[in-house]
Amino acid sequence: MEKLMNWVDERFPLTSSYKAHLSEYFAPKNFNFWYFFGSLALLVLVIQIVSGIFLTMHYKPDAALAFASVEYIMRDVDYGWLIRYIHSTGASMFFVVVYLHMFRGVIYGSYRQPRELIWIFGVIIYLVLMGEAFMGYLLPWGQMSYWGAQVIINLFSAVPFIGGALSEWIRGDYVIGDATLNRFFAFHVIALPMVLLGLVAAHLVALHEVGSNNPDGVEIKKLKGADGHPLDGIPFHPYYTVKDILGVVVFLIVFASIVFFAPEMGGYFLEFNNFVPADSLKTPEHIAPVWYFTPYYAILRAIPPIFGSQFPGVAAMGIAVMIFFALPWLDRSPVKSIRYRGPKFKIALTLFVIAFIGLGILGVLPSTPLYTVISQILSGVYFAFFLLMPWYTKNDTTKPVPERVTQ
Amino acid sequence: MKKLFFLILALPSLAIASGAGVHLDTAPINLNDHGSLQRGARVFVNYCLNCHSAAYMRYNRMQDIGLTESQIKDNLLFAADKPGETMTVAMRTADAKAWFGAPPPDLSVITRSRGPDWVYTYLRSFYRDDSRPTGWNNTVFDKVGMPHVMQELQGHLAPVYRVETGEDGKEHHVIERFELIKPGKLTQAEYDALVGDLTNYLNWVGEPAKGDRMRIGLVVLLFLGVFYVIAFYLKKEFWKDVH
Repeated sequence: MEKLMNWVDERFPLTSSYKAHLSEYFAPKNFNFWYFFGSLALLVLVIQIVSGIFLTMHYKPDAALAFASVEYIMRDVDYGWLIRYIHSTGASMFFVVVYLHMFRGVIYGSYRQPRELIWIFGVIIYLVLMGEAFMGYLLPWGQMSYWGAQVIINLFSAVPFIGGALSEWIRGDYVIGDATLNRFFAFHVIALPMVLLGLVAAHLVALHEVGSNNPDGVEIKKLKGADGHPLDGIPFHPYYTVKDILGVVVFLIVFASIVFFAPEMGGYFLEFNNFVPADSLKTPEHIAPVWYFTPYYAILRAIPPIFGSQFPGVAAMGIAVMIFFALPWLDRSPVKSIRYRGPKFKIALTLFVIAFIGLGILGVLPSTPLYTVISQILSGVYFAFFLLMPWYTKNDTTKPVPERVTQ
Repeated sequence: MKKLFFLILALPSLAIASGAGVHLDTAPINLNDHGSLQRGARVFVNYCLNCHSAAYMRYNRMQDIGLTESQIKDNLLFAADKPGETMTVAMRTADAKAWFGAPPPDLSVITRSRGPDWVYTYLRSFYRDDSRPTGWNNTVFDKVGMPHVMQELQGHLAPVYRVETGEDGKEHHVIERFELIKPGKLTQAEYDALVGDLTNYLNWVGEPAKGDRMRIGLVVLLFLGVFYVIAFYLKKEFWKDVH
């Protein structure tokens, strides 16, 4: 056995990689609940890829056959219903996990120097994930697939001058049709997943280069023991592998409960209208995107058109997503973790969470004058959280950060 | 944080696609009642499957609700030759469009888009309306193209109008109640039970794997529950030297 390992190690850095990323990757010993979601995101990615491969074996990317092929999977393919529900639940759970993972980054300042690149890779992953989810949602070719895609692609036609040509170029047709379905299929099953895997690798390489942050925002590498290992660090394997197994089991209990007992999640994970085949002549009364896009959809609807152009709303929606990139440079606080920050940041963050969830709820509801006003206020709060951050973080009263991590 | 979480839980589930504001009766759904599902299958094949297809559903799948292949073959196979075929209809879409204004929708997943309560209420809400080309209208689906196919069973209901003045000051007719002007073969209770069976059947057709789903789900959750205990003590054992 040892001979074999030596033979491999002379040709491939197996043992050294194992040590660098698992058995001798030192992670802070004080990780809490919020630190499960990174490994869970990786788990969901694997679940989506594996279930996706099996769906691709039976799905037909053809406007005339797509809807029927999904029902064929639901009825005639052995355990096809299970594979499909795993994939549809996985899509929503991916966003649940990623939103919680991002929230962790915000409360503990994981995006701060020296981890800016990890954060940037993460935000790109989030953007690609949105594209992946959006394109995947067209594939069942139901009414909501069709009209949801119609609404989103029409956003591009709001771009001044080139808008019309741009949206036509995306669709590959004057309306959403077979050409659109085929290209979305190609992007969904091969192009974006490959980009996603590359980005996840970059995210992890960058993380393991600088080491993990922790709930105290203390740099554990500053204090090392006689053996050269961080005093507050423990090897990722076995400590965090066994701990993550526990997180995985709890996550799978939630996941399985949805897959087996509520795969539609009251119409939020699988919309009722998507059980009606796509019909280009019948516009549904109420078009709502899937829940994970609704905060941005609410921002889009909140901004009134200027000179009859929808472009300001579209631009605001784009900025609302892109602004996450700037976070490492907007935060001027001397401390990283919320544990040592003052009341200003805590109030700002609370308002932001209320705004984000509030916008998410409003994005599902049909718009009324009252809801529009609320959306406008919440959109203001959303942007203020980012744009005012340099001031309220700099002037905040902070507590002294300890040398070592606390329990 | 916790308050927000409960706020989200308290959100009503999304409204099922239907005309807003119509009161819907609760459909008697029971996937384990094979008798009801089989009676529903008979109604479906006799009354619905002439115009409406269930093109994603195979006849022989009805073995799952306790029928044998020969029972299916002898009693339910009017529109197909082999039990392995799907439930299609011979009517062409273009003809259907000319006759009814819109082609009758496929019913494979109708309970998943409309919901069983909608189907149950809709099929019991036809009334005589001479202004419609078919002579029929529906309180759940106004100006529907479908005539009352089961009129011989339910009989003919005629609306009794009441005049109401709306907010705009105009007078309009509002349906107050219905009168049975021509009795059918069944009493109202018998007809409701028949539509209940049919809705139960359509609900089963919407997702025939649902029974398996629940059964397998219980086993999976049980397994994960046991696994949780093992994972918990494994973690505890490994972490006892971390201080």
